[in-house]
Amino acid sequence: MTGPAEGGMVGVVLVSHSHEVATSVATLASGLAGKGRLAPVVPAGGTPDGGLGTSSELITEAAWRADQGAGVAILVDLGSAVLTVRALLAEGDVLPPGARLVDAPLLEGAVAAVLTASTGADLDAVETAAADAWDYRKV
Amino acid sequence: MAGQTAERDAAFIVEWLRASTEAVRAESDRLTELDSAIGDADHGTNMRRGFTAVMTTLDAEERATPGGVLLVAGRTLVSTVGGASGPLFGTLLRRSGKALGEAERVSDEDVRDALRAGVAAVGQLGGAALGDKTMLDALLPAVAELPDYAAAARAAEEGAKATIPLRAHKGRASYLGERSVGHEDPGAASAALLLGALFQVSR
Repeated sequence: MTGPAEGGMVGVVLVSHSHEVATSVATLASGLAGKGRLAPVVPAGGTPDGGLGTSSELITEAAWRADQGAGVAILVDLGSAVLTVRALLAEGDVLPPGARLVDAPLLEGAVAAVLTASTGADLDAVETAAADAWDYRKV
Repeated sequence: MAGQTAERDAAFIVEWLRASTEAVRAESDRLTELDSAIGDADHGTNMRRGFTAVMTTLDAEERATPGGVLLVAGRTLVSTVGGASGPLFGTLLRRSGKALGEAERVSDEDVRDALRAGVAAVGQLGGAALGDKTMLDALLPAVAELPDYAAAARAAEEGAKATIPLRAHKGRASYLGERSVGHEDPGAASAALLLGALFQVSR
């Protein structure tokens, strides 16, 4: 993989069945990332009419907004969110080039991804950091 | 392709999707009822919205090839359904459309091969296998019977009914564990409607 484009940071898209969950996780992850330069974090939660569900439209829009040319890490909650992102990636030309579904728990993964992306790390490093969140045992 | 007749055109696929839409509309309440037993009670509504959007798109602009019709129909399902059935049924149609390529007329064997590719892609997308109580339990036995459309429709129907005693291993219903036993899988029921519609328009 190539490094980040000139000046661009890896973007993070947070997909949830719920608008509130996606938005709140974005706020939390951005808040914990510190005071420096922040990587773009864009929530894509619920359906366009505010209901629970997954919207390919909102996800696509969020991915393009998060894209600064260095790739976009997409984190999802479950079920149709996973399948919709995988189907959009399979389309080939709907999401920005360099968009990637990252296999990570949504909340813990989002914090790790945003922190890492905000350091200017590349997409591989962001993905690894988010996936490492699987190993944060709590007991 | 020797010995095969390439007789199915874009209009055939449009008529298949129209018959599917009518079937989904007619059975929408039953699909939602099935989904209220083991899911979140939106399957009928979601499928109805998706297929209605597909027909609106197809009726607005004519496509020249069977593959082209399936590609746009699949893309429309992914973007309008809002639940897991969107990407799953969307992938089924899209991948089938891709497999048919640019040909203006295709044989029943081409349709068979395309639908088999579509079903394989659904399995890959959702990570499910036969017996997991999903749409694949209707689709896999059905495409094995193609190009015999009557046998395929029958196999899909039987496959859907055969999900009743199964325990769900994928999707929201899998959280129910043993409690998912005793209900027909809504996705399999919808898949059977699509195969029934295909038989209907093939005659």
